[in-house]
Amino acid sequence: MSRRTRWNGAALAVVMGGALAAGCGAPGGDAPRPEATGASLAAAPTCGTAPVTLNAYIETGFPLPKELSTEFSKQHPNVKWNIREDQFAVITQNAPRVLADDPPDLMRLPQVSELVKNNLLKNLDGYAKAFGWDSWPASQLEQMRMAPGGKTRGEGSLYAMGLNFSMTGVFYNKKLADKIGMSSPPATLAELDDALAKAKSAGITPIAQFNGGATGGLAFPLQDLMAAYGPSGPINEWIYQKPGATIDTPSNLQATRHLEKWIKAGYFWKDVNAVDYATMMSRFIKGEGLFMFNGDWESGNLDKQMPGDVGFFLMPPAQQGGKQAAMSAPLTYGISSRAKNADCAAYFLNWVATDPKAREIGVQVGGSHPMGPADAPMPEVSEGTVTASTLAAGAKIAEDNGSMDFIANATGAIYAKSWTPQLQKLVAGQQTPEALLKSVQSDYTSQVKGS
Amino acid sequence: MPRKPVPRKQSPARAAGLRTPSWVGWLFVAPALGVYAVFVLRPIALTVQYSMYRWDGIGPSTWAGLGNYVRVFTDPDLFASILNAIKLIVFFSVIPVVLGLAIASTIRRIAASRLALVARTVLFLPQVIPLVAAGIAWSWLMSSTGLVNQLLAYVGLESVARAWLGDFSTALPAVGVIGAWVLLGLCTILLLSGLSKIDPALYEAARMDGAGPLREFVSITVPCLRQEIGVCVTVTVIAALASFDIVYVSTQGGPGNATMVPGLEIYYLAFSERQVGMASALAVVLMVLVILVALPIQWLTKDRSS
Repeated sequence: MSRRTRWNGAALAVVMGGALAAGCGAPGGDAPRPEATGASLAAAPTCGTAPVTLNAYIETGFPLPKELSTEFSKQHPNVKWNIREDQFAVITQNAPRVLADDPPDLMRLPQVSELVKNNLLKNLDGYAKAFGWDSWPASQLEQMRMAPGGKTRGEGSLYAMGLNFSMTGVFYNKKLADKIGMSSPPATLAELDDALAKAKSAGITPIAQFNGGATGGLAFPLQDLMAAYGPSGPINEWIYQKPGATIDTPSNLQATRHLEKWIKAGYFWKDVNAVDYATMMSRFIKGEGLFMFNGDWESGNLDKQMPGDVGFFLMPPAQQGGKQAAMSAPLTYGISSRAKNADCAAYFLNWVATDPKAREIGVQVGGSHPMGPADAPMPEVSEGTVTASTLAAGAKIAEDNGSMDFIANATGAIYAKSWTPQLQKLVAGQQTPEALLKSVQSDYTSQVKGS
Repeated sequence: MPRKPVPRKQSPARAAGLRTPSWVGWLFVAPALGVYAVFVLRPIALTVQYSMYRWDGIGPSTWAGLGNYVRVFTDPDLFASILNAIKLIVFFSVIPVVLGLAIASTIRRIAASRLALVARTVLFLPQVIPLVAAGIAWSWLMSSTGLVNQLLAYVGLESVARAWLGDFSTALPAVGVIGAWVLLGLCTILLLSGLSKIDPALYEAARMDGAGPLREFVSITVPCLRQEIGVCVTVTVIAALASFDIVYVSTQGGPGNATMVPGLEIYYLAFSERQVGMASALAVVLMVLVILVALPIQWLTKDRSS
């Protein structure tokens, strides 16, 4: 070997070695140290009078947070906003890294378990006490509470807040309902079945739903059927990862079989496995379906697009007069554990729930129920609108204590990797209800254990 | 017999005794090599390292050894995604190369006409369009009310019509068709440029010997294009194995897991399941697979005449 080649080889080895050496030592461990508890505060914090710039990371496509921030700056001129927007899927994937590297003061969040475990979110107990959030109906905050270490949801310290809370049920096209002689919403599951059958024989697609891509929309009717057949408590325990919880129960099996019956009867579009959420909305608005299982975040939109032509009802119970339940979740926002203006962000969250103007924006722009004390004044909504009926439905759910989180929120991956492919297989006749629940449960067990 | 030293021509600088030290060459390469090491070699090394751990991307990690690799080959879903990628080779590679050969030699025959120019441009167009846009346009075309089904209905094949990307049996081939459409132009242009290098005298001689178009194609065109075909096959096979964007935009891996490919699975594992170790292991397996497939192609299509 000549001297020159040896030299070259040595230089190359140094460069490569440097590149490889950079990868030594176990990865991770740069997460923030745990915060013992939410520090108790002497007085409720404010945004003060000095200029403040709040950094917010929000979901694109929803005008509510921006309208709220504009109104807030109007009332508090010293507060400016620096807002970054992304799609929900992007936010979900970015959440841990953004909270760790570039901490925003306020951030729209997916479910919080994994974030709490890595100490990325501020414990809001101190604020809850100072602002009196603790005296609000407990169910409003339950989904954002986590036991120490992020193990179980639904109990323990508060780690996030909602801008409002939304709820799902069944929208229906009033013109098509007239055609099949449906004058009032079905009161029982049997009446709903009856309406579905009548629509089918009248040549109307009974259910407008999406089930394509990585988000299986049949999870909406499935969870509603689960609530019709059984109590919502065990479903919530499963979503909250309570030890020993299972989704594979006899009543859930009945619900899944009922959904299969609907599929086999041809109540969904033939191409439902290729329909995404946006396509479902545009087809429903065009009148290509009688019912649609969806949430009140569309109320304002439907009031605008099909004024007077849309009704809303909660999923009817299996027995007449039975208790009703619905997927209901806060529009979750968290504060980074490293946020610069945490106090001002908390003050903003409290303002959203208590300021009359903010509550009005919450209902009219967001279409959903505002957070806050049970006796807080409700903004006026015009009679006969979908928004009015979804707000009324919210009161019924509160009365029946029937709010549930979404079965897709049990773990970070359960929606895209378990519910969606399984429901798509059910539509294609490649999966049985029994095996579907068993398969989701086994994925769940391994995901909970693995996380 | 001792060799005689051959006198070398010397540059004026050398002749004057100003010998450039050998390390000066490295100075010129250093910036590029540095960038390569930091942005290519280091990430590969880190990926290999991460693949040995269980890690959620933020918190502390635990050593897993080869456990993640064992799961890549034993988890039926992960393994199925690798099989899907191999099936896609038919669409991403075989169809564009075979069709591209046929189209390129047709265009060569009509090279003088204006049609050849139009065909060239139209065929190359998919290369200019971003893959995401292509994926979106094709998912409209193949939707249940899309152009494909309208055409089928028009010719009386309404019974065949379906949501091509949402049907378990047709989703993977439908994704494949999009890939074939995108890669056909690249192959055609590459092969055309190869064709232009072939000496026309060869074809003339063959014709004098009484060869028809098919004989010309088999005996002259294909052997002379050996290297170009090699490049086409390599590029398209890698595109099939490492496919991500087309699948992500058109089906996101659905329905069920019918169109799940390793690229997409890596993304889901890392960002939605937060199993960075597993994602890295699958990425390493994919990299090895690409090398294992690409190397024999390189060897088979190497120009051995020299």
